[in-house]
Amino acid sequence: MTRSALLALISSAALTGAGMLVFGPFAHGQIGDFAKQEHGRQLVAAGDCVACHTAEDGNPFAGNRPIETPFGTIYSANITPDAETGIGAWTEAQFYRAMHDGIASDGRKLYPAFPYPWFTKATREDVDDIRAYLRTLEPVRSVQRPNEFPWPLNHRVAMEGWNSLFFTPGEFKPDMNKSAEWNRGAYLVEGLAHCGACHTPKDVFGAAKTSQSYQGSEIQNWFAPNLTGDSRTGLGGWSEQDIVAFLKTGRNDRTTAYGPMAAVVKDSTSKMTDGDLKAIAIYLKSLAASPAEAPSAPAANVMSAGKNIYTDQCSACHQLGGDGVKNMFPSLKGSAAVQSHQPFSVVRLVLNGGHAASGPGNPNMLSMPSFGWKLSDREIAAVTTYIRNAWGNKADPVAPDDVKALRDSVEAKTSAY
Amino acid sequence: MAQELTAAGHDVLALERGSWRDTGTDFAPSFIQDELRYRYQGHLFEQTAQETLTFRNTPDQTALPMRRLGSFLPGTGVGGSILHWNGQAFRFLPYDFEIRGKTAARYGETVIPADMTLQDWGVTYDELEPHYTRWEELCGIAGQAGNVSGKKLPGGNPFEGPRSKPYPTPPMKQTYGPTLFGEAAGSLKLHPFPCPSGNMSQAYTNPLGVSMAPCTYCGFCEKFGCGNYSKASAQTTILPVLMQNKNFTLRTECEVTRINLDGSGTHATGVTYIDAQGNEFEQPAELVIVCAYILHNVHLLMTSGIGTRYDPATGQGTLGKNYCYQLTPSVDIFFDDKVLNPFVGAGALGMIVDDWNGDNFDHTGLGFIHGGYIAGYMTTGRPIETELVPEGTPKWGAKWKQAFVKNYLTSMSISLMGAVMPNKVNCLDLDPTYRDVYGRPLMRMTFDFKQNELKLQDFAMGKMAEIAKAMHPREIKKSPRGPHYDIVPYQSTHNTGGAIMGANRRESVVNRYLQHWDVPNLFVVGASAFPHNSGYNPTGTVSALALWAAEAIRSQYLKHPGPLVRS
Repeated sequence: MTRSALLALISSAALTGAGMLVFGPFAHGQIGDFAKQEHGRQLVAAGDCVACHTAEDGNPFAGNRPIETPFGTIYSANITPDAETGIGAWTEAQFYRAMHDGIASDGRKLYPAFPYPWFTKATREDVDDIRAYLRTLEPVRSVQRPNEFPWPLNHRVAMEGWNSLFFTPGEFKPDMNKSAEWNRGAYLVEGLAHCGACHTPKDVFGAAKTSQSYQGSEIQNWFAPNLTGDSRTGLGGWSEQDIVAFLKTGRNDRTTAYGPMAAVVKDSTSKMTDGDLKAIAIYLKSLAASPAEAPSAPAANVMSAGKNIYTDQCSACHQLGGDGVKNMFPSLKGSAAVQSHQPFSVVRLVLNGGHAASGPGNPNMLSMPSFGWKLSDREIAAVTTYIRNAWGNKADPVAPDDVKALRDSVEAKTSAY
Repeated sequence: MAQELTAAGHDVLALERGSWRDTGTDFAPSFIQDELRYRYQGHLFEQTAQETLTFRNTPDQTALPMRRLGSFLPGTGVGGSILHWNGQAFRFLPYDFEIRGKTAARYGETVIPADMTLQDWGVTYDELEPHYTRWEELCGIAGQAGNVSGKKLPGGNPFEGPRSKPYPTPPMKQTYGPTLFGEAAGSLKLHPFPCPSGNMSQAYTNPLGVSMAPCTYCGFCEKFGCGNYSKASAQTTILPVLMQNKNFTLRTECEVTRINLDGSGTHATGVTYIDAQGNEFEQPAELVIVCAYILHNVHLLMTSGIGTRYDPATGQGTLGKNYCYQLTPSVDIFFDDKVLNPFVGAGALGMIVDDWNGDNFDHTGLGFIHGGYIAGYMTTGRPIETELVPEGTPKWGAKWKQAFVKNYLTSMSISLMGAVMPNKVNCLDLDPTYRDVYGRPLMRMTFDFKQNELKLQDFAMGKMAEIAKAMHPREIKKSPRGPHYDIVPYQSTHNTGGAIMGANRRESVVNRYLQHWDVPNLFVVGASAFPHNSGYNPTGTVSALALWAAEAIRSQYLKHPGPLVRS
């Protein structure tokens, strides 16, 4: 056994209880700073690190979850403190450089599927605390699978160009004209919580279109809704309390979290403090409304077919007036998600169904059944066009071809949702 | 039971024979209205290939195995039979729990026939009342109270035992058929009230924070799971919270085959179970609570050799004694001019009269005790099962079809939920011939209607016909049960008794807290504890007894393990 391997073994073993007894002197500096670790745990929840860094049925934080990007599939890294396959051997400085600059301990450029363009906003102290928490985890040996990228993207050097074009490192700078709460919310939303990674549209290079920040975006065949102040498709009609309740429990009187957001609520936002959720709500409510759109009107025959399908298939839960049942079935009337710029989420929910978020503050284990086996593309197009335009709702009609395309792409995958 | 114990901080492992079932996956509104799959192919029911029983009417017959269940349809899987109930959510009467004493006090001991093994329950209505209330609150039961703390309220059941609180939600909206029934009963000076319902009249959130949605009156309740989260069941009231309790573990597809005792025979050491792959495990436990369907509760005790099996010839022993059922005759009513739209229905949608239930009326000279409620239900208009055609209609062919079409929209049924009194020879024991997949003897059921049931039926049919006539129909058709019990046509999944509760070990299997007399760390929960079956659906009383037992375990047994009643 070489000397370096021996040291690595010791440093990883030292993190376990048994290791502490055997290697007490080594362990002392690494274990014991509870405040830092606890603070780090909260920040790791805010960053929802577990979501990407855990494979289905895998060990938490041990990586190898396939992350689909428009350019290929990336496998997430093992961030448990295993010295060889995880980040156990990384120094504080190396960990900070990864979070702040997107550069791994060995100097490799990381792909921005790891959201360092957002994490760069985090302070050094917070990043150190995140590392302190991650080092309390059980080390898991798990070798990262190679990414499946086509040439030339498989060359990390390509990231040099991307970074120089699209990435500005730099910690968050508070706006002294705003309240402390607003600044806290901005720090989280723009930084660790990386809301824009899903909710901001991307350009052809996969970089966030900053001019359209938080205006909603397609992601993995879902549509992450508009978070700006638009009252039809965004959060314009939501109160701060609505946002807090949604992030805390996965539901409020207006809607229910579904799809990837249900997982975000479960793993991340439901574990954040009330103060941080309120700060996020204050910041989101300050986002200016996206420019108004003028959706085209649906055909009368499609609306009438859609209404009949809605009455037969949907109204038992969502009610004839589309207003749902409080605490149970989300209202479709006035729903921003239903009226989204693109209809992926609503069509996908009709096709595949979905499980709503559930947790201690919201114990109901509710799910929407799938209708994909039962309704044709034309029928789903008609019923989704109907709910996007009934009861005062307004949004572009859904074409049968759009349903077919989505059906083809979501049926090809086994979805966790 | 598991929720009550885990909430109190105890570690609970639940072993379930069937599989996990979830509303969105297993009975979603997009496919639950499939009568063939659920009602006739029995998707949610116990399969006889897995477990069955043998049956005979009387001890002089040879019992034969049931290869297809009919009269009753126990469930299998997480949530059990309550998953596919109608939702008729009654309490028993104070009379029921002290039936022997109260009957003798009013009419004299001689009114109780020698072969009627009638006995008090060892618990009173007043003791169970808080637990009935808690159950109603967990389930959001919709109803109109008739007696709150002794104060009679209009529109409710004036005969009910005093309740500490009204129902948590208002009664369901009655459709035309039940309304006609209620008006007719009122015109006869009876006391109609809306059936207490586990189908939600409005959205409801229970004390655990679990929500239910308003019922859509689709009429797919009994024999089906509810796709709209509108019918109280384990899935819609408790499981969402229980499954998140860290000290609760559920293992599905694990069938308990034996309760294990130590050498003394007075202490359970745990259970033996077999998983879906056929692997056998021994699971140690400090406390064993048997909560299977009543027939399996009794069977498991018998095959584990716990307690003394009842011998109908000598009257000795207790295990298997006082098996009872439900008496459910009906009167079908056919109108010409009244469209009832039976496809708008719900399992507990109906009006009830309780005037001839329990001891709510004078039985002097009638030759029977107890009674039953009479209901004008509109539970369903399901196309295969709904088959109300007038007297004299052929069973098949063009004439049957014509009669079916003519009467579908304009007919309904009045039914009796009749009590069944225990009889010396009606019992459960082990079959001498037939064995189950594990080589254990099958349960053998011996049951027939006796004089008490047949006389009660004659009396009640007269009353039902009177109400039917007061509804001014074109014609009526009487459909009595018996004279012998027929196990083939569906009647109700209201089997009771066999591991009954009571005040002393001589005449019961479990004490008033459902604790086994011989094995204090064994509790047997379910309708198996009923010493007789009342003139109501049993679910409310099963649940109240479970909560009563859970409280006794929490507040008494776990502090001082040992017998809770000295005998």
